[in-house]
Amino acid sequence: MIKSLEELKQIREKYKDTLQNRETNEDKVKILVGMATCGIAAGARNTINAIVEEIRNEHIDNAVVVQTGCMGFCYAEPTVEVRMPNKEPVLYGKVDSEKAKEIVKRHVKNGEVIKEWVLRG
Amino acid sequence: MAKYDVDAEKLKQLESYIDSIEQKEGALIGVLYKAQEIFGYLPKDVQLFIARKLNIPAAKVYGVATFYSYFTMEPRGKHVINVCMGTACFVKGADKVLEEIKKQLNITEGNMSPDGMFTVDSLRCVGACGLAPVVMVDGKVYGRVKVEDVKSILDEYREGGSTQ
Amino acid sequence: MPIRMELLVCGGTGCQASNSNRVLDVLKEEIKKANLQSEVNVLMTGCFGFCEKGPIVKVMPDNVFYVEVDEDAARKIVAEHVVKGRVYQEKLYVEPDTHEKLSEQSKIPFYKKQLRIALRNCGKIDPENINEYIAADGYMALGKVLTEMTPEEVIDVVKRSGLRGRGGGGFPTGVKWEATRKSKSDIKYVICNADEGDPGAFMDRSILEGDPHSVLEGMAIAAYAIGAQFGYIYVRAEYPLAIHRLRIAINQARELGLLGKNIFGTDFSFDVEIKIGAGAFICGEETALINSIEGGRGEPTVKPPYPAQVGLWKKPTNINNVETFANIAPIILNGADWFASIGTEKSKGTKVFALAGKVNNVGLVEVPMGITLREIIYDLGGGIKGGKKFKAVQTGGPSGGCIPAEHLDTPIDYDNLTALGSMMGSGGMIVMDEDDCMVNIAKFYLEFSCDESCGRCTACRIGNKRLLEILNKITEGKGEMEDLEMLKELAETVRDSSLCGLGQTSPNPVLSTMKFFYDEYLAHVRDKECPAGVCKELLKYYIIPEKCVGCTACARVCPVNVIHGEPKKVHVIDRDGCIKCGQCYNTCRFGAITRK
Repeated sequence: MIKSLEELKQIREKYKDTLQNRETNEDKVKILVGMATCGIAAGARNTINAIVEEIRNEHIDNAVVVQTGCMGFCYAEPTVEVRMPNKEPVLYGKVDSEKAKEIVKRHVKNGEVIKEWVLRG
Repeated sequence: MAKYDVDAEKLKQLESYIDSIEQKEGALIGVLYKAQEIFGYLPKDVQLFIARKLNIPAAKVYGVATFYSYFTMEPRGKHVINVCMGTACFVKGADKVLEEIKKQLNITEGNMSPDGMFTVDSLRCVGACGLAPVVMVDGKVYGRVKVEDVKSILDEYREGGSTQ
Repeated sequence: MPIRMELLVCGGTGCQASNSNRVLDVLKEEIKKANLQSEVNVLMTGCFGFCEKGPIVKVMPDNVFYVEVDEDAARKIVAEHVVKGRVYQEKLYVEPDTHEKLSEQSKIPFYKKQLRIALRNCGKIDPENINEYIAADGYMALGKVLTEMTPEEVIDVVKRSGLRGRGGGGFPTGVKWEATRKSKSDIKYVICNADEGDPGAFMDRSILEGDPHSVLEGMAIAAYAIGAQFGYIYVRAEYPLAIHRLRIAINQARELGLLGKNIFGTDFSFDVEIKIGAGAFICGEETALINSIEGGRGEPTVKPPYPAQVGLWKKPTNINNVETFANIAPIILNGADWFASIGTEKSKGTKVFALAGKVNNVGLVEVPMGITLREIIYDLGGGIKGGKKFKAVQTGGPSGGCIPAEHLDTPIDYDNLTALGSMMGSGGMIVMDEDDCMVNIAKFYLEFSCDESCGRCTACRIGNKRLLEILNKITEGKGEMEDLEMLKELAETVRDSSLCGLGQTSPNPVLSTMKFFYDEYLAHVRDKECPAGVCKELLKYYIIPEKCVGCTACARVCPVNVIHGEPKKVHVIDRDGCIKCGQCYNTCRFGAITRK
């Protein structure tokens, strides 16, 4: 039973994540994960799930994670592209779940491009 | 209790429903719903029974039962076919579909086919205008119905009808 | 593991009729087979509005919009899009003009010009899950109202927002609330009018199916503002899915204490009961609706007294329509100025229209007031089906009128539509093309009004019948010039001497078609012709000699044997015996038979 506005707000916070996937607009950071056969074989599923999880943990609400097809860098799978609004996209290669979390923390949250992992950009 | 010329078992069912209502004022339409659900239609004796149970004039029951198109005093077929005659369906030829159904079943609107299988009626807009013209059979909606489709829709119920 | 992708399946009545339940099941099965159920969620939402192209499946956060999805396509969407990250091209929406495949919903012209306030959550949340409504700021407005605002302040906000009743008449909502507030009584009621009887309008159904809590929240806020403790939702029996979802919503709200006693720990208590209508159009009229809730015949009564003074069970009662209630929470949260900044001078906010008839994109659209009819029909609606010529758009249902091409650039608001002899009504918008006969359309609406007249007023009960008889005469080719004058005079009498809205507006379809399409009436009466080729008795069938190859097909199907001619020679129809059944017209493969 909700007995105050505060309690309603708590429920709202608790379920806010469920709607996060359903809000899209141009101002959001877009994170694309290559999920073609080669990407999946190289572990892209762990990567994408790690990214989603980290975004939730860091309470980032202006980012969407989208899977995409082959980006053509088969030697560097799994590949992750980060598109900050009004900035050139940055493509990272060989992103495992550990690197994925770093990318979320440093690049998505703080805007720092992690140069040593960049494929192009 | 007065004698009513209807199934006693069903009447009992209706009676216990009426007894279970706490707020009898304003309950008439709900009771008629229940009665039609139990009997399939509202024969005269059922209306009399309801009037006595709710302690209101039979004329009022009859007045309400005839006012609303949902209620019927004729027995209904096993399957009720409703052709939507809302504007969207009308401009897309629902009248021709209705004609075809009536022709194939050889019955008029609002009536039951001699074998007791079908009753055909029209209704006003089920709100599925994107699928016009729309035919509803026992609550299932068929969209974009053409005159040529009528036979196959009826057949669905003719074959499956006896086992359902 | 958090959910990273969601497949939203439209669960509105339209899409369910095109089998979206099955699509939902297949998607779930396939996701399970691919072992992705912990990362990818499949759920059913309310109506996306794009009923023409249903069933609709939307993939989020990719924002890819699939149309006309069948079971097979559902399997491919999982195999291609979900598993491999490749958009399944086959079921994307194809832009009819450019033949371009559009994947993003926001780029589809149907959605581009929309602004969704009343439909804000339709197609976005699971209507059977109150937590999703709360996550979308649901019940925040109610909380704010109960803990921070006085009833007078609430009424002031609604008044200043300029919101007008979305059910038909367009009466200012805040003024109505204020009147009910001022009536002194220990018991008052709030009623939600969900008796959407206007044929061709289905926005209320979509809101109830897609976002039932928005209506409950609006009702609770109204109850607080006017001082009511109890509410009824009067909903049509023809909407079983809406009733089902409402029941779930009410139960969930009760469980969380958002309905019931001492809501948000305040001394405000409010609960709601559903009343199911029994099929009578007149019950959309508020006094008739009250009589129906009381269990009687749904006949209107004289106003005044208004329901705000003497309503349900003789207590002060406030009645608003579904869409009106759905607008309340956003107005409270975003403020009166925000709402008043949208729309025209006298009609604020947005309006939901049900676009149907001879238009490419049938569906629900929510647009700012002041948009033109042309924008709705051509930009959102994608123009007329089959490249035919636009003839008229009917707004306001049986109480409205037909608006011709020369007024397509009229900005839509309450007052402009009324000035054109039509009305906003609940927002039905039926597009008609060159194949529709306007006399026949007027006849269709009159048949409706005759059927639905409650019988109380002589003008409406008998007058409409006489009007219909005259129209029947005209469409059968027996009309005389005097009939046209009689038609107009009688229509005006019915309009001026009926008690309720139904009677007063029932001649509108006749009057507006006579005003804008008088030449069609003249053609029927004077020339005994139906220009659109609809009125059967007026049709004449001809064989075009240049096109006839003498195949004899028409002569063989003619049931009355009035088509004569030698094989391989031009045939002729003897029109004296012709019964105008149209069989020859349908049979000819050379387009040699014409009718007018």
